[in-house]
Amino acid sequence: MPTEELNQFDIDRTRGDFRYDVQYQYDAGTGLTHQTIDYIVDAKGEPDWIRDWRHKALDVFLSKPMPTHWASKDLENIVFDNIRYYLAGGQKPSRSWEDVPEDMKRTFERLGIPEQERKFLAGVEAQFDSEAVYSNIKKAVGEQGVIFVGSTDGLKNHPEIFRKWFGKVIPTGDNKFSALNSAVFSGGSFIYVPPGVKVKHPLQAYFRINAENFGQFERTLIIADEGSEVMYMEGCTAPKFETATLHSAVVELVALKGAKIQYVTVQNWSPNVFNLVTKRAIAHEEAEVKWIDCNIGSRLTMKYPGVVLKGRKARGEVISIALANDGQHQDTGAKMIHAADETTSNIVSKSISIGKGRATYRGLVHVPKHLKGCKNNTECDALLINSTARTDTYPAITVRGTGNACQHEASVSQISAEQIFYMQQRGLTEAQAMSLSVNGFVNDLVRQFPMEYSVELKRLIDLEMEGSVG
Amino acid sequence: MSTVLLEEEMTDTPAAPARLLSAGPAAPGQEAAWEQFTKIPLPTRTDERWRFANVKDLDLSPYLQPQPVDETTREELLARSRGLEKAAGRMVFANDQLLSREVLSESLTRLGVVWLPLEQALVEYPDLLQQYFMREEAILGGQKFAALHASQVRTGMLLFVPRGIEIDLPVEAFHWLHGANSSCFPHTLIIAEERAKVTVVDYYESADTNAPGLACAVNDLWLGAGAQVTYVCAQNWSREALAFQINATVVGRDAQARSLFAQLGGRHVRSESVSHLRGPGGRSDMLALTVADNAQEVDARTFQIHEAPNTSSDLLYKNSLDDAARTIFSGLIRVDPGAQMTDAYQKVRNLLLSDDAEANSAPGLEIEADNVRCTHGATSGQIEQEELFYLMSRGISKRAAQKLIVNGFLQEVIERLDQPEIGARLAEMVQAKFAAHR
Repeated sequence: MPTEELNQFDIDRTRGDFRYDVQYQYDAGTGLTHQTIDYIVDAKGEPDWIRDWRHKALDVFLSKPMPTHWASKDLENIVFDNIRYYLAGGQKPSRSWEDVPEDMKRTFERLGIPEQERKFLAGVEAQFDSEAVYSNIKKAVGEQGVIFVGSTDGLKNHPEIFRKWFGKVIPTGDNKFSALNSAVFSGGSFIYVPPGVKVKHPLQAYFRINAENFGQFERTLIIADEGSEVMYMEGCTAPKFETATLHSAVVELVALKGAKIQYVTVQNWSPNVFNLVTKRAIAHEEAEVKWIDCNIGSRLTMKYPGVVLKGRKARGEVISIALANDGQHQDTGAKMIHAADETTSNIVSKSISIGKGRATYRGLVHVPKHLKGCKNNTECDALLINSTARTDTYPAITVRGTGNACQHEASVSQISAEQIFYMQQRGLTEAQAMSLSVNGFVNDLVRQFPMEYSVELKRLIDLEMEGSVG
Repeated sequence: MSTVLLEEEMTDTPAAPARLLSAGPAAPGQEAAWEQFTKIPLPTRTDERWRFANVKDLDLSPYLQPQPVDETTREELLARSRGLEKAAGRMVFANDQLLSREVLSESLTRLGVVWLPLEQALVEYPDLLQQYFMREEAILGGQKFAALHASQVRTGMLLFVPRGIEIDLPVEAFHWLHGANSSCFPHTLIIAEERAKVTVVDYYESADTNAPGLACAVNDLWLGAGAQVTYVCAQNWSREALAFQINATVVGRDAQARSLFAQLGGRHVRSESVSHLRGPGGRSDMLALTVADNAQEVDARTFQIHEAPNTSSDLLYKNSLDDAARTIFSGLIRVDPGAQMTDAYQKVRNLLLSDDAEANSAPGLEIEADNVRCTHGATSGQIEQEELFYLMSRGISKRAAQKLIVNGFLQEVIERLDQPEIGARLAEMVQAKFAAHR
């Protein structure tokens, strides 16, 4: 690999690490009380049912303890009173790029969003702090009856579909952070794909935290009606601030009979973001849900995408890549709840721990009684780059009855010295060889990402590997 | 004057045995443990170390302090204490009272082997007990029950094998639980010095296979440099017993430990087994087989801790589940920082024979060194229809074919012991359990 190319990546390293001073029209201040909820509801002009819903969620949030009996103690470092729960410019999502305020546009332009859209994306939903500022969906998709709007827009303008599923996949009380999200959620996407519609190009959203001490709580709901297909991609960044920032999203997917949903995440938050996300899907009869989840950034990520396999022959899959560098803990995994006959699930997780990084796989597979022909396969592989790196695996598998089969395998290894030697002998530096080797380790998973994301991912891995050896 | 005494005067019969929970420590010196026991709360569902377990089933209030058995029972239990054909020595206990001790060969005693009931060892070798008795804390969730054991233990087996001594034949101990709601607290402490070698078999049995009871056992193995210890625990308490087993194995440099827990009896059995790989080159093989039926719950927690470099551990737990049985396997491999060249393996396999059976597996890894090879696998499945068909097409009944397959499934664990006599005895016990089923 020529040196210039490596230098090019070096410039890329700060991608996302920039910030603009933005005058926010709405600012709910720091701390969270019932007044904060009213402020958010008033600012967003939401209907009363959602006000009640948020207030109840706040009570649940306050009453639930932190999950410290199993989770990382680092959670205790979140100071909820120091967080700003709502910030917004106050304008409606713009339809065309020109209407977006200049300063926000600069932010997104640096992130390269419109450029990508021009290439092949079907629609873009970009969220800047709490609200979506730019939302567009290509004409063709819109004509097919696909709804792709912000969550606020969804609950106001499409209540008949929205209310039916909102909070049904992940109830408010699912965990402390889903309750927090339910209380203060803002932004995120609402997607409805009508029966039989196959959205050819991926829909994309980009999330960005711009303000210090800000908590981002987007809420995404995707409904794929019978026989439809959709792919959704999200990316996340934030600048580096002195103090910690919280991102706590809730993502609900509903795949009705025979529908297919693919949800791709490339998470590259800056290393001071607590990323505590609840993601779950319901797959009805013969439906397929696939989570492709890649975690590279953040200080602590706790995220276990799940699929409730509710209908016969439903299929769930989680493909997970985690990269933990110094000061990072990637606590990721998957949940597969089998609730119907002949449902199948597959989990493949690969993690890389570099420096003092820690990668954890936490999984849950549940096959209850009297189901027939259910199958689960779980594979977890961990790669440790340095002697100070750490990796953990905590799967939990419950199987009842005689009609089902589950298998779980995990392994931990390091890069083979012989491989590195072989490559060095052919003129690569140790760092290049390591980088190549790590890319090889995750290659079979990276290939499942959309092309531009897999290129991005390879670059990110190269970047993270720099300076980690020698 | 207490009512108990009054009754005694009036009827002139011995006092009814005290309830365990109001009994206090068994003897002076055990107060601290009793206090600890009463202080630690019972486990709750949210305790990660008790995940999946039916914690409501841990009520200790029905159980009574162990009472000495009468002469007829003594004779009967001794006759029923059938172990291996050839053993280097055998102790038989009932309700924590030593019934018999068939002495190790004189030559071994002359070579410095110490083989004593615990209460005698306490008098003759206080330093040894001071150094080794329950020195490893119960870290898998069973502190309360370890404290209960420490406050109630009255006897047990101490085996000390000095440097370079090899005992060829296995040493055996029987622990009998007798009487409805009785309790017992079996203890086995094995200390093998440098290059010493020994095999020990514990048998846990109930006089009445249907009597409710409580057993709370501790077995600790200490291996000096190059020592080799094989430990087998054949648990066959009554099908109404609540049982705990807490094991710690400490493996020194180049030492080799091998343990096998056969779980046959009990209504609710909790087994905790920890291997500390403390010296470089140490190895621990951790084996278990479970035959669970009816509403049995067998809850096994394991921990393979690699504290030194170049150590290896290999765990194989196999469960066969019938009726509404539940099993739990929760095991962790931990590699400490600096424990390079660790080779750790962990495998759990569940064979479900009934639609109501439930197998929970939680195999875990915590790795803090990079030059390691750590793998674990967990599978849950059922008998392959093809295998069954193959056997049935050769004229074997379905029931018999199933048993053959389950036997073959468990045989892998037994073979790993590499001790044919003990293996045959275990296979026999498994057969007896199958025969008694339904």
